[in-house]
Amino acid sequence: MLTKRIIACLDVRGGRVVKGVQFVDIVDAGDPAELAHRHAAGGADEIVLLDITATHEGRGTLLDTVTRTAAKLFVPFTVGGGVRTAEDAAAVFDAGADKVSINSAAIARPELIGEIGASFGAQAVIVAIDARRGALGVEDAEVFVSGGRKATGLRVVDWAREAEARGAGEILLTSMDTDGMRSGFDCELTAAVSAAVQIPVIASGGAGSAAHFVKVFGRGKADAALAASIFHFGVTDSRELKGELQKAGVSVRLPC
Amino acid sequence: MIAVIDYRAGNLTSVVKALNYLGARDVVVTQSPEVVRQADKIVLPGVGHFQSTQLLKDLGLTEATREKIAEGVPFLGICVGLQWLYEGSTEAQATEGLCHFASQCERFPATYEGAGLKSPHVGWNSLESIRKDSRLLRGVADGAFVYFTHSWRAPVSQDTAAVTNYGGAFTAVVERENVMGVQFHPEKSADVGLRVLKNFVEL
Repeated sequence: MLTKRIIACLDVRGGRVVKGVQFVDIVDAGDPAELAHRHAAGGADEIVLLDITATHEGRGTLLDTVTRTAAKLFVPFTVGGGVRTAEDAAAVFDAGADKVSINSAAIARPELIGEIGASFGAQAVIVAIDARRGALGVEDAEVFVSGGRKATGLRVVDWAREAEARGAGEILLTSMDTDGMRSGFDCELTAAVSAAVQIPVIASGGAGSAAHFVKVFGRGKADAALAASIFHFGVTDSRELKGELQKAGVSVRLPC
Repeated sequence: MIAVIDYRAGNLTSVVKALNYLGARDVVVTQSPEVVRQADKIVLPGVGHFQSTQLLKDLGLTEATREKIAEGVPFLGICVGLQWLYEGSTEAQATEGLCHFASQCERFPATYEGAGLKSPHVGWNSLESIRKDSRLLRGVADGAFVYFTHSWRAPVSQDTAAVTNYGGAFTAVVERENVMGVQFHPEKSADVGLRVLKNFVEL
């Protein structure tokens, strides 16, 4: 049976892993390569490295960080941040990434999704969507870009559908409302996006306990869930988390 | 020498990295039929579109591979590399596979047993009904998890060495004598995947 994936995310700034709350208030959490290996050994199904300031500051992805992190990593490895062209993506793949995550650049030029897919396959293209809805309903959730700094006027569900139509392999949906709050994922929004597309949806933002994962895999209809802060500071590792999920009836990769 | 065939379908970095990590000596990434003809083992990786395998024929790699397979040289196809061992795929009807195994690869159905089925099949799924005589899966137990990402799949036949269930059973591993294929990505399947690659390297 296909299992639900637990993805450990490394937000990187200036070559260091950092963690913020609602995209601000950043604190240092360690070395990317070291943390990636610790997460993989701890049972994470996948590793995502996001260079969170790349778009904002207009520089390329930190390829040396990617190379170093990928060197002995034998689980799927996704890199995002600063990928603006198919050439940028190719450089990230050469450095050892298996998938790229594109966000602002896909909004600016949606053709990019298909261009990367044409060379590396749709499975290698994740379209990341940063969503904010505040007190509004899921249908009014809006897409933000540039690390959550810029509103686009696009509705989340519409953009997810377009991304799929243009050849995205997966959607990485981050709720800016719940990010870093450890109060649970936005299950309602995740379920709406998951129902709107055929491709897998990765839920992100708000992981704080095993119960939150159970909810997002159940009610939220997520195929995978991503977390950062709960792993970095040793609150739990993926193996421990999966044990809890298995007890709750969620199918997970265990032993791992 | 292990020849890793490059037909410009996705990146080969991960496969080469894993082979080197396992201590394989002399791993050569190549598009040359002459290099393939000198190989002790052949790996055909691949993520992406079945149509990209057309290049194998155009470059003379299909013929070189066919000769080596007939000589008994171990061959491992990964993902699209497994699918290429069959007659073809509905993904690219005009592109012929190696025809080493019978039948076509087909897309996952949109629905299965009355429920919608997401495609691509992405994530960790288990290997089941592992054939006891499989050399590639030596030391791998039923239920072991491996990482998949694909939308087309090969049907189950007598050459199937392990199945995986998603929208019904499909061939996760095919093996007949020296010719082997895995639909999953051993280079991305943690310890289980490394074990599979190690089994191949040590053949």
